[in-house]
Amino acid sequence: MNRPIDRRGFLRGGLVASAAATLSLTKKSEAATFEGYPNAMGVLVDLSRCVGCRSCEAACNKEQNLPAPEKPFNDFSVFDEMHHGQKRRTDETRYTIVNRYDIPGREHPLFRKIQCNHCMEPACLTSCFVNAYTKTPEGAVVYDPSVCVGCRTCMIACPFYIPTFRYSSAFNPRIMKCVFCYDTRLTKGLPPACVEACPQEALTFGRRADLIEMGKQRIRENPGAYVDHLYGEHEAGGTAWMYLSPAPFEQAGFDTSVPKEPILNYVKDFLSIVPMVLTIWPALFAGFHLLATRKDKLEQHKNNEGEV
Amino acid sequence: MKSNPKAMLAAVALLLAGTLPSPGLAMDQYDAPETVTIDAMAKLYKPVEFSHVRHAKLAPCKDCHHHTTGHQDMDPNCVRCHAHSPEASIVSCKDCHTQKQFYPEQVTAAGNPNLYHIDKPGLKGAYHLNCVPCHVKKNAPSHCEGCHALTDAGKQFFHIGEQAQGEAAKAKDSHAR
Repeated sequence: MNRPIDRRGFLRGGLVASAAATLSLTKKSEAATFEGYPNAMGVLVDLSRCVGCRSCEAACNKEQNLPAPEKPFNDFSVFDEMHHGQKRRTDETRYTIVNRYDIPGREHPLFRKIQCNHCMEPACLTSCFVNAYTKTPEGAVVYDPSVCVGCRTCMIACPFYIPTFRYSSAFNPRIMKCVFCYDTRLTKGLPPACVEACPQEALTFGRRADLIEMGKQRIRENPGAYVDHLYGEHEAGGTAWMYLSPAPFEQAGFDTSVPKEPILNYVKDFLSIVPMVLTIWPALFAGFHLLATRKDKLEQHKNNEGEV
Repeated sequence: MKSNPKAMLAAVALLLAGTLPSPGLAMDQYDAPETVTIDAMAKLYKPVEFSHVRHAKLAPCKDCHHHTTGHQDMDPNCVRCHAHSPEASIVSCKDCHTQKQFYPEQVTAAGNPNLYHIDKPGLKGAYHLNCVPCHVKKNAPSHCEGCHALTDAGKQFFHIGEQAQGEAAKAKDSHAR
């Protein structure tokens, strides 16, 4: 039986659809106020302590079974390497690297360790349409290669340019990035390999909330030794890895233009419309079409009857 | 010449008091061992034969031992509580600075609101944070192997020598061709 949709039915359908859309919207706004897992762990990196020994790089290489490096980890000529006008960065063979920054007016250079900062609300996670990323209650942002399709949107989404792609294998798409030693250490309550290897205790592992206190205590108790800022406390909505620096952060290569709110907030308003567009619009416009063509159809029907 | 026996006795007593260590007074460098073998964490690096005598001549005890030897620490932050702290029963680094650092016990302790020393370095951190700045300042060796030589495990850890072997192998290959 081919019964054209009536006015009442159409309105009812529209009402149900918009109610569903509103419900899904309320769920979204709850997620926006997520302030991180209460017992999430983190690492405080104190640039004033780092001496650039690269022990963390060696420890990471061993722990994550990464390929042997081109130069041994005690070769400090890597600090002078420039690739496309930029200092070294993380790639598929190294989840963490240390770079040197010669700052005019300072007697000694600063060294900065770079790895995934494990954001509280990761942009990589929100950008991934197959949900390959997970933010665990322990604080790590981990990645599941089994569902990854290799679109590399996460690489563009990350404000710190951390996820890298394994270009060496064409058929097994895989993002390579620091996982906070999640499987091997974090779940057992142990510090990541790099932290344990650091001789200078430039890396402090602990509950993120305690680390913020600790970082502020160091700033307070050593007047003049640090810039009064904890990089990562609010950057990108807060990160598990945070930094203390004796020199302005931009001089040590930090991007100080990273927004102080989750990257998600910039696209949330737009993204929340997408499901509505996809579910309501087809029904709505199909309805309009049916209403608009109803009279024509009825007339055609009559004509047909008349002919018979 | 007539000598006053009372005065002589007083002089002898004073002399003795000056030389003999007396309980309740601060420790000095002669109470300490000549060398200390630092091997608690030796795995990637060989143990360090630390000449305590030599270092004790270069720096006051409190520079490394804080308040534990009975000498007042001058750090205003420490003085807040330890201005009159007597000599402590333990003065060895490893008795306060734990070998394992950031393991669950230390992480839990950091959240204890009654604990002031929440940012106390572990043993490895305590050594390096204390030794390195002074070595840099006094132009003493400050690179890793200036103090401790790498073990075989350490060489493997840093991937030392692999490249040389790799190049040698490559050179052999090109010779063969």
